[in-house]
Amino acid sequence: MATVEAAYGAGATAPAKPIKSKLSRDDYSMRGLIVVIIVYLAFALILPLALVLTKSVQTYHFTLDQVEVEFFRDGAWVERATLADWVERSDYEVNHGLRASERTREQPAQIIPRGARQDIEQFRLRDLSPEKGLILHAGDLSDSDAWIEVDRREFARVQIRPARSYGLGNFDHYFATPALRVSIVNSLTIALITTGIVIPLAFAYAYGLTRTLMPLRPVFKTIAMVPILVPSLLPAIGLVYLFGNQGILTPLLMGESIYGPIGIVMASAFFAFPHAVLILLVALSVTDARLYEAATALRASPLRTFLTVTLPGARYGLISAFFVVFTLVITDFGVPKVVGGQYNVLALDIYRQVIGQQNFQMGAVVSMILLVPAIVAFTVDRMVTRRQVALLSARAVPYQPKPHRQRDLTFLGICSVVGLFILGILLMCQLAAVFQFWPYDLSLSLRNFAFNQMDGGGWASYGNSIRMALYTAFIGTFLIFFGAYLVEKGNGFTKGRSIFQLFAMMPMAVPGMVLGLAYIFFFNDPANPFNFLYGTMAILVICTITHLYTVSHLTAATALKQMDPEFEAVAASLKQPFWRTFSRVSMPVCLPAMSEIWIYLFVNAMTTVSAVVFLYSPSTTLASVAVLNMDDAGDIAPAAAMGMMIFYTNAGVRILHHIFANRVLGRTQAWRMR
Amino acid sequence: MRILTLPAAALIALAAAQANAQTTLTVYTAFEADDLQRFKEAFEASNPDIEIEWVRDSTGIITARLLAERDNPQADVVWGLAATSLLLMDSEGMLEAYAPAGLERLDPRFRDEADPPAWVGLDAWIAAICVNTVEAERHGLPMPASWEDLTDPVYENHVAMPNPNSSGTGFLDVSSWLQMFGEEGGWDYMDRLHQNIRYYTHSGSKPCRDAGRGEVSIGISFAFRGARSIAEGAPLELVLASEGVGWDMEAAAIVAGTDFQEEAERLMDFAISDEAMREYNVGYAVLAVPELAQPVEHYPENALEAMIDSDFLWAATNRERILSEWQERYDSKSEPQN
Repeated sequence: MATVEAAYGAGATAPAKPIKSKLSRDDYSMRGLIVVIIVYLAFALILPLALVLTKSVQTYHFTLDQVEVEFFRDGAWVERATLADWVERSDYEVNHGLRASERTREQPAQIIPRGARQDIEQFRLRDLSPEKGLILHAGDLSDSDAWIEVDRREFARVQIRPARSYGLGNFDHYFATPALRVSIVNSLTIALITTGIVIPLAFAYAYGLTRTLMPLRPVFKTIAMVPILVPSLLPAIGLVYLFGNQGILTPLLMGESIYGPIGIVMASAFFAFPHAVLILLVALSVTDARLYEAATALRASPLRTFLTVTLPGARYGLISAFFVVFTLVITDFGVPKVVGGQYNVLALDIYRQVIGQQNFQMGAVVSMILLVPAIVAFTVDRMVTRRQVALLSARAVPYQPKPHRQRDLTFLGICSVVGLFILGILLMCQLAAVFQFWPYDLSLSLRNFAFNQMDGGGWASYGNSIRMALYTAFIGTFLIFFGAYLVEKGNGFTKGRSIFQLFAMMPMAVPGMVLGLAYIFFFNDPANPFNFLYGTMAILVICTITHLYTVSHLTAATALKQMDPEFEAVAASLKQPFWRTFSRVSMPVCLPAMSEIWIYLFVNAMTTVSAVVFLYSPSTTLASVAVLNMDDAGDIAPAAAMGMMIFYTNAGVRILHHIFANRVLGRTQAWRMR
Repeated sequence: MRILTLPAAALIALAAAQANAQTTLTVYTAFEADDLQRFKEAFEASNPDIEIEWVRDSTGIITARLLAERDNPQADVVWGLAATSLLLMDSEGMLEAYAPAGLERLDPRFRDEADPPAWVGLDAWIAAICVNTVEAERHGLPMPASWEDLTDPVYENHVAMPNPNSSGTGFLDVSSWLQMFGEEGGWDYMDRLHQNIRYYTHSGSKPCRDAGRGEVSIGISFAFRGARSIAEGAPLELVLASEGVGWDMEAAAIVAGTDFQEEAERLMDFAISDEAMREYNVGYAVLAVPELAQPVEHYPENALEAMIDSDFLWAATNRERILSEWQERYDSKSEPQN
């Protein structure tokens, strides 16, 4: 109802009030479909994430008073004592005073000093805890309080596992450790600086593309989309070549190192830029020319027109773009992975805690902290949506910019600088990929394309990536757009639609690394009926669609919001079912947005790393993960080469998409022109 | 409804397309990627009815992955993973003990002492310092000869080292320093070394490759990668520290609960066969069957003497604790080093 109320509130033409009883059948099927998509998202997102939440409150500590030990001396079992007693007696520091984690183990042979058990040949232990499983011996866990007998040799191999309990201990530890805590400030700093740079640039860029007649607009639109065509690792690799120790532009940094905040901000700005432009293009391309005619008639200055017509019109897009960029940057781990140096950020902390330390609990804690921006984004988004006015009313007149030499040249300048930065990084990666051994041997060679000799699954991973991207794009576009339609144009059922909105917003802030791990916990559990998906291409597709849900959903929602609800009202008064309005009006009108979603899903599926890095199996290795693995192994030139292969593929598909857009959209969108 | 079932149907169709005719063994490994194809071909040539499907990553990652999959293992065999990691898996009861044919030829250090052994060693990989001669000259750096030398302030910001949390090489460095210099001396050494570190890397290969292309001047890495990089044209010189160098062995084991026990055993037999040893010998100079070892080009000659007396059981059981301590000390540095 939000859109309808907004239209009322803004004084737009009041739509006919829907007659509930006549619509009920339609309403029920729409509600049913909303529920179906909610269930899908629950299995693909909420339940796996709930497991991460559970992990974050799992704490581990040694309950040594629950383990009893006895010695066999002179034909009898003697000296019964718990390990806790022994700790006290021998002044032993349990686990060197460190916090225990799931994987920490203690050894009775360490706790009981050698001097105290010199002459003992037989030992026995038992587990008194109600939950059992404290004693690990020869690969078996203690499952009762029966004595476990071991000889001297085996005794040295017995291990004690920490007991699990639930509580906020992990969070306490996190906030009490300055070295961990500092990542929050670091992440916020990086995300805010990057957003502060990207949003004005992207707005100017999108404005230049939609509201001016500067030359080469199609070229600049293509250039702006270039960063989306490559994994976020690639700009970081490009920066290393440009500004690293052997970089050609290193003097520009004036002694500062590219490994750290400077590098992260530059590479993040590069990969986040097109996401902002994409949203702002949609927001700026639909406007009512009558407002500008009115402004001209009232002799408003260009500045005043900009502030009172253009900015408010793009307000929703701006705010969406702000949160999209902010959360993209704060959740990305590819960039800090390559150029982060010792500057720790939250997303990379998850990677380190989980992968390095195998400390799933602490990784889950960091993930929970990273979820906070998502909740903020959701809240603000809801607040703004309520005030959103339908711009494309049934009577709206599409805006057509008029020639203005000075304005056009200014925007040409801005767009050129941004475009050069984008192309420069890409060119550097291309050069690095074809040189024999940068910087010592600059002869040309295809050595770096011999992927089968390197990490990452070789050329097969490239083919897998293309398959995965196609599945994701076709299935995802339809699912997401249809979902957005149901939630934007449905009547009533506020509860279901709010849940849907919440679910649809969540993937954006869920770091792919966490989603991937959540999927392992969820799908790798043999008790789960969906267990058969584990290790298949299907799980990669599900994970990727879910991971990319939010931006696609926002793009669809933004386009749908700009359609007057009158379309539905008219259809309803003509007793047309919703699916006819959907297929005959909403889909065709939103075809540009849908095709943008398709290409967004395709190229992001090609470039996504974090979401799938834990889910690929030997038969489903991916090109983007290969870039990460090759960079990890120090094969940075082949990593750049694989990154460029992804670029060429995406660029090729993008060109095909462009031809499609010109042909099909040109025909179906002709009504927009006057 | 009809449209909505489409994705579900497509996904099920995708999942069903996983059928296979001959036996495919899923083998988890941390072998260097440049060797995988060769090893696979060598094995499949003599076992044409078995196909190897590799899952390769850094030691730390593969270990984490194996442990995360403890309750539902995906791997049939682990071939080419650090012995310390296999000890860890063994203590969790994840390995199937098996005595491969020709076991008696192995150097006793290169096998699990249980009978039958839970795992067998294949070859040793040893720590080495990769020095870029071009960059060293440009910055006026003397050639280091020992671990202690690397703490000299002259090397400040010139050294890269693998993060032990993800890299097996990094872990063997750290555990060897703790074993050589004692617990306190080892941490003190790393405190001082930390002052000179430009960055910690994810993999053990990367410091040497980065040194090779001059991104840093010195990389703490392992001898195999150094020798390989020199062969690829990197201006490197390899140094084995005079105090002694840490090492770990690449080892192999059957994952308990595999559906293909017989095939897995055949792979284990192959893994310590003379033919396999010759394949390892292409890159690694120290083998589990010492009398087969031939010198490797660019590989340091005094490798055997430089290797310290490593206590793998100690390293395995203390792994978690050492890694936490390391992480607490060095991994969470708030400011970048310039």
